[in-house]
Amino acid sequence: MSIINNINKAFDHRIRLGIMSILMVNDYADFNMLKELLGATDGNIASHTKALEKVEYIKIEKQFIGRKPNTKYLATKLGKIEFKKHIDALEKLIGK
Amino acid sequence: MHNTIIFIYFVFQSTLYMDSKKYLDDISEIKNMMSKSSRFMSLSGLSGILAGVYALIGAYLAHNIIYAINSEPNKLKQFFITFNKLDYLLIIALSVMCLALITGTILTYFKAKKSGEKMWDVSSKRLLLNFALPLVVGGLFCLVLIQYEYIKIVAPATLIFYGLACVNASKYTLGGVRYLGITIIGIGFIATQFVGYGLYFWALGFGVCHIVYGSLMYFKHDRN
Repeated sequence: MSIINNINKAFDHRIRLGIMSILMVNDYADFNMLKELLGATDGNIASHTKALEKVEYIKIEKQFIGRKPNTKYLATKLGKIEFKKHIDALEKLIGK
Repeated sequence: MHNTIIFIYFVFQSTLYMDSKKYLDDISEIKNMMSKSSRFMSLSGLSGILAGVYALIGAYLAHNIIYAINSEPNKLKQFFITFNKLDYLLIIALSVMCLALITGTILTYFKAKKSGEKMWDVSSKRLLLNFALPLVVGGLFCLVLIQYEYIKIVAPATLIFYGLACVNASKYTLGGVRYLGITIIGIGFIATQFVGYGLYFWALGFGVCHIVYGSLMYFKHDRN
């Protein structure tokens, strides 16, 4: 039962899974990088990053480069710990 | 009654199967995204092999020219031949480099296209930057060596800096590049103890190593 408990509903979507995977191995990613890598629409990325920000698994930093707005996404410490647990649970479930 | 139990068992089994299939997909998606976002995987192994072949051909041509110079008994004539042939040596070196770069770019472009990736994205830019930094520093350092006429150390220095560039770049591409780098650094250090044989170590490092590691990477990553 404890394994199932570690399966995190917040990561139960391909795009969210992808966003977290990218932020685990990169210091940060910007909007376009996420969009390019995941092949998703603007709205799609925006809503999933918002969902992850709400549970404080990622941090969103908005800034301007010249006049262009630039949004940076970073994984929080909590997000990294929770995602690690999620991966471990997945691996146990497929009997690895 | 019995049938119902079998039916429930069947449903239970198939959901279990469906779930584990989904978990497996999730895991492979995680792995895929982690490597795709941090490493440029479309680097072509074949381009490494060809770069090695060009280097060997270049070394052979250079060897012939140098041999012709050294076998001239008349010192004065030797001096003038050297002066004449210096351009050829430079042209050989530059063509080997340009050919290797062009082939590498073209083959990598096709490999990226085949796997549906972009050649010029965040990961390839990061790879190029991290490869170029030690290489440019090394190139400038070698020019300084030439300036102070430490010609003997130029060949080993180029090998060592190239190896360092490979090791540095390996964090952002196929893991095999790391071992290529370490091997070339080793060859560079050995070359410091055998000055005057720079061309042979160049052929070994830039030629043979590229072919060996290029083939390993080709068979591991390209052949599908």
